[in-house]
Amino acid sequence: MGLLSKKDAALITDPFADNNPITIQVLGICSALAITAELKASIVMAVSVLFVMGVGNVVISLMRNIIPSKIRIIAQLIVVATLVIIVDLVLKAVAYDLSKTLGAFIGLIITNCIIMGRFEAFALANGPWRSFLDGIGNAVGYGVILILVGFFRELLGSGTLLGFKVLGDPIEKTGLYALGYENNGFMLLAPMALIVVGIIIWIQRSRNEALIEEN
Amino acid sequence: MSKRTDSNLYTLLFATGMVIVVGSLLAFLASSLKPTIDENKRIEKQQNILYAMGVNENDESSAIFVSKDKVAGEFSKYITKQLVIQGNKTTEDENAYLIDVKKQQTAEKEGKERKLPLFIGEKDGKTFYIAPIRGKGLWDAVWAYVGMDENMVIQGAYFDHKGETAGLGANIKLRFFMDDFIGENLKKDGNFKGIAISKSNNDPKNIDKTDNEVDAIAGATITGDGVSAMIKSELKKYVPYFKTLKTN
Repeated sequence: MGLLSKKDAALITDPFADNNPITIQVLGICSALAITAELKASIVMAVSVLFVMGVGNVVISLMRNIIPSKIRIIAQLIVVATLVIIVDLVLKAVAYDLSKTLGAFIGLIITNCIIMGRFEAFALANGPWRSFLDGIGNAVGYGVILILVGFFRELLGSGTLLGFKVLGDPIEKTGLYALGYENNGFMLLAPMALIVVGIIIWIQRSRNEALIEEN
Repeated sequence: MSKRTDSNLYTLLFATGMVIVVGSLLAFLASSLKPTIDENKRIEKQQNILYAMGVNENDESSAIFVSKDKVAGEFSKYITKQLVIQGNKTTEDENAYLIDVKKQQTAEKEGKERKLPLFIGEKDGKTFYIAPIRGKGLWDAVWAYVGMDENMVIQGAYFDHKGETAGLGANIKLRFFMDDFIGENLKKDGNFKGIAISKSNNDPKNIDKTDNEVDAIAGATITGDGVSAMIKSELKKYVPYFKTLKTN
């Protein structure tokens, strides 16, 4: 028997593709638009959400029988805000340079509706281990899309990847720029992130017709 | 049958308990990490000041500070004087770098006399005057350490921000933008003019150092305008001090 049962493994794999939080559930779009102009920022955000969602789901699951239903949303919000503040404080103390790089992204995690969605839809009704797997699965599904969007936006918008000039120098006109290529400044603006997400959704649904909703 | 957790009393007790637990946890964590965080900020200030006078570990294209373990030694080696300018009075203060520019700006708005810190450094026989400045970007604060010579020609600059957009306004802290300021004169025809972040100067390599302009970052109009306004309003306050250098 493997480490995970088939049902448990699906908690990790489903959000990765057929139940992706961004492309299928259309959640977490705000951060996908806001922070994906750079690949590095996308990776950092993906890793931060992975931590907050994994730990947050476990905490909510452990508290699921004692949280009053009337204030459950507030309780969930407090858990996610607490985790985000803890991450922020610890990074400022032990990895100050990294915390500077993250800037406002850490705080932005609080606004990520995927996290609140998984607390509400899964962690409140399942045990800690399954909630942990669900949190990790959804965070990975979210992170993959973020990284894809960040990859194309930085490459086509700035001609760089992780800050390295991969297409040549646009000012000195070397590499691809010598052939007349110009960076597409529109890629750096938020509307283009929405278009890139739309293209990913289009490609995903064209490859799997089961994902297309019937009228 | 209603559950035990549905009662108003339980809800109230739960909410109170949660606030106490979370509040205590965060207060404990914040107070125990504060000395380390403050020390990191203090080191960063010294690194910023040194960067603005060209003491750094830059490679070909990235902006890299002097490493943490070296910064104290380098700071005392290169920074020869730390001044506090308050009105017409200039005094020396070896901890001037710890002056909070934001607090001083608030004091100024309240009608109090503001303290302007200025750091004097010597490197390769050249004197640098480094001023810390602070302004507003698109989302939050932007700030800089600007190294000048006695004629207010910029010799180095370090820009930073609190929450500008990644890939756009946040690029003010990238080397290609900061290096553009080197050689720019803050004065024009003997009067203070500042430096504008311009979208229309048609000088992407920033060869023209007499136009009081540097090339803007695409898609970061408001951040660029904020940087221009910060330079203009904040560095102007140092003009009287630079005039005294001429008369001495």
